[in-house]
Amino acid sequence: MSTTTTAKAAGNLGNWADERVGASKGVKFLARKIFPDHWSFMLGEVALYSFIILLLTGVFLTFFYIPSVGHTVYTGSYEQLAGQTVSEAYASTLSLSFDVRGGLLMRQIHHWAALIFVAAIVTHMFRVFFTGAFRKPREINWVIGSVLALLAIIEGFAGYSLPDDLLSGTGLRIASSIILAIPVVGSYISFFLFGGQFPGEEFIPRLYTIHVLLLPGIFLALITAHLILLVVQKHTQYPGPGRTNENVVGYPLFPVYMAKAGGFFFIVFGITALMGALFTINPIWAYGAYHPSPVTAGSQPDWYMGWLDGAVRLTPGFLEFQVLGFTVSGNILLPALIIPGLVTMPMILYPWIEQWATGDKREHHLLDRPRNVPTRTGLGVMAITFYLLLLVSGGNDIIATHLRLSINDITNSLRLLVFVVPPLAYVVTKRICLGLQRKDREKVLHGRETGVIYRTEEGEFFEVHEPLGEHDRWLLVQHDSFRPLDPAPAEDERGVKRPGARFDKVKAKLSSFYFEDRIEPVTPAELEAAHHEHHGGHEAVEGSDEAERPALAGH
Amino acid sequence: MSIDQSHGHPGSDVATTSEGGLPERFENPGLEPHRHRMADVDPKAAKRAERQVAALFGLSTLGTILLIVAYYAVSIEGDSWAEIARQLRISTTLLGVGLALATFGIGAGAVHWAKTLMPDEERIELRHPMRGTDEDREDALAILREGSAEAGVGRRPLIRNSLLAALVPLTVGPPIVLLRDTGPLPGNDLSTTFWKQGMALVHDPITDETGRKIKPEDLTIGSVVHVLPEGIQDAEHELDEIAKAAVLLIRLNPDDLDETSRAGSYEGIVAYSKICTHMGCPVALYEQQTHHLLCPCHQSTFDLKQNCKVIFGPAKRPLPQLAITVDDAGYLVAKSPFTEAAGPSFWERG
Repeated sequence: MSTTTTAKAAGNLGNWADERVGASKGVKFLARKIFPDHWSFMLGEVALYSFIILLLTGVFLTFFYIPSVGHTVYTGSYEQLAGQTVSEAYASTLSLSFDVRGGLLMRQIHHWAALIFVAAIVTHMFRVFFTGAFRKPREINWVIGSVLALLAIIEGFAGYSLPDDLLSGTGLRIASSIILAIPVVGSYISFFLFGGQFPGEEFIPRLYTIHVLLLPGIFLALITAHLILLVVQKHTQYPGPGRTNENVVGYPLFPVYMAKAGGFFFIVFGITALMGALFTINPIWAYGAYHPSPVTAGSQPDWYMGWLDGAVRLTPGFLEFQVLGFTVSGNILLPALIIPGLVTMPMILYPWIEQWATGDKREHHLLDRPRNVPTRTGLGVMAITFYLLLLVSGGNDIIATHLRLSINDITNSLRLLVFVVPPLAYVVTKRICLGLQRKDREKVLHGRETGVIYRTEEGEFFEVHEPLGEHDRWLLVQHDSFRPLDPAPAEDERGVKRPGARFDKVKAKLSSFYFEDRIEPVTPAELEAAHHEHHGGHEAVEGSDEAERPALAGH
Repeated sequence: MSIDQSHGHPGSDVATTSEGGLPERFENPGLEPHRHRMADVDPKAAKRAERQVAALFGLSTLGTILLIVAYYAVSIEGDSWAEIARQLRISTTLLGVGLALATFGIGAGAVHWAKTLMPDEERIELRHPMRGTDEDREDALAILREGSAEAGVGRRPLIRNSLLAALVPLTVGPPIVLLRDTGPLPGNDLSTTFWKQGMALVHDPITDETGRKIKPEDLTIGSVVHVLPEGIQDAEHELDEIAKAAVLLIRLNPDDLDETSRAGSYEGIVAYSKICTHMGCPVALYEQQTHHLLCPCHQSTFDLKQNCKVIFGPAKRPLPQLAITVDDAGYLVAKSPFTEAAGPSFWERG
């Protein structure tokens, strides 16, 4: 086909589309939209792409999987189970793995993609949290993202429960016990969900509907909303020369971003496919079919459930008690329902908590460098530390057997550590952030160390510092530094108590918690002063609120 | 390239006074000068990049061919599991590597294309506040007011109230009612098990196909056997019953037992529910030296010498004991059913 005929065909197609759906308007609005570029923006993309991989491989699996616990005699390729009576769910999972070409590959890609999906969501949330991308106007997308993260965990759990193998059946047994622990209605909910006693015959088919229809439907709706908001609000960008709160600096959707992001989908797919090809995951044939009486030692849930399992392992048994002839299973309710609630509610509400402390109602499109918001960064690291300790607790038996330690000692230590280490992590992180800010100030005021040492005629040594260029300097001085809010006086001039004064006091306390310790960016006046003082010998490195100290670097 | 410098600083909360004619804050210096890539200035480099992109796309084609060939060439059938497993490994690896190359090649090619040959000069788009202008807002409000006036929501409260009265029960009632038949009511199913007085203890048919009955002399001190009530495989919901009735049978030195457990024992042989009182996992690990039972799920530890009291971990209640004795033929049987609910706690358990 020559160039002219190609162009003509494209023109005809364009005309056809425009006359029917007004395609030209869509192209005008979208094709040249600017997207900023940064490696950390790819985390959300990984989540989106692994979701698509999950849909594709998942559909393949549904062609062969039978969601039923009806008994069947296994007659497939796997000799060790030949002739055994197992559920149809288990038998069909084995047969799609061993008797369908590419079936094992699809199952392994599906499982790897699920692990990557949750991991990508979590790291994407870290990025959004630590850079303050959740601030106005993006609070809604933070909430949607948080809900997606929670649903992803449930979806993953539902998925790995479907094969009806020994490991997943034990997971369901635990899930049913958590439901039983709910006061008053627990037994009823459990009987309705499982269609009777555990394990029953109804739960696998019901879980299947939830896994392949209900939750993916909700995912599709929420992801669509998430992306529409992304386009409407335009992407945030990191601070830098030329980047302001009122612009977006980057590359157009068509062709650059389309090629990069579209290409990245295929890269993620390729890597996931390679993992599915080379690394065995969830070898259900080795676990055997589910049966309520055996169990494997050292059994672990998938990583995203590990923290809840860890919380359950740490909680002591005395929290179960009787009241008025009824049993309250505090040893289950606390770690399995109350702690997850206490962890997720502040997470979902965080944008408003911080807004409340800052009193900041402006739109924010420029991201924070985590060091410039030490309290938020500290809180985030504190939460991650807490989570990681629970995750470690979920593997206390593995640690015990591998390191030959007493499991009781490990558990008791972890019971203490979950209370001690996270606050410590908060303090240390905050101090590190403040230290990094000081280093930034130092760099702006005195330039970059060149490593060149001079000796003066008097015998004094000093290192040559090269002043920063305006582009390099901008990143270090561009940010805002908040001061704690002052509560308005509680009484007016005539001594009348102002309504809401107590509320303001709490707000002021929160605000000072956030911004009491802070280091302000260098101002032009300070830089000017530093240049003058360079001849005096001592200079101020610290912000105005910090005590003045002699500079460490001479000259 | 121009950016609006005056918008560079969102009103800072930090009050700084300007001295000596210096601005309060530094000014955004604007984009850094663009640095050209090799391919922008050297046609040879551009040609090289073009060939690299084409090679990556070619790699993808090869991957697809590999996948299709492997699908037909590698059979996953065989006479023995060892052979099937070998074939399966080859098949999975080749199909997967083929798929990986097919997708990765396209992806890497596209990204390389974008990075080396598509324009890399950053562009600037202006943002606008999310909120509409004051006029927009007033127009929107006027429309809403006009619309609700037309509908007469305020003027005709009867319509509004009756609609609410219809919607609330609709969203609450049917979902609850229609889900009622998803399962039976618990009744006393959680408190009872398959065990009845005189029922023989038999080996689990899973591990021991014969489902033999057990005589005391079959058990040496320190040995542990997993047992079920005789006839449980004929129960209507076999797995549901096993999930409650599984029992561990252990022989200890009678002197090691305490008073309460000795009452339900027979010559040092004791039977305890195998279902953890914490979350219902099978308490499968027995430490012969210490006579401790350990649940592998959350490490609750039960001491056989203290009537299976919890000595560590998240469980609260001891494992219920099944009192045993021997029948006329000398086989071990249940002296009585469990006297309390076996398995995890629930509200009505009391």
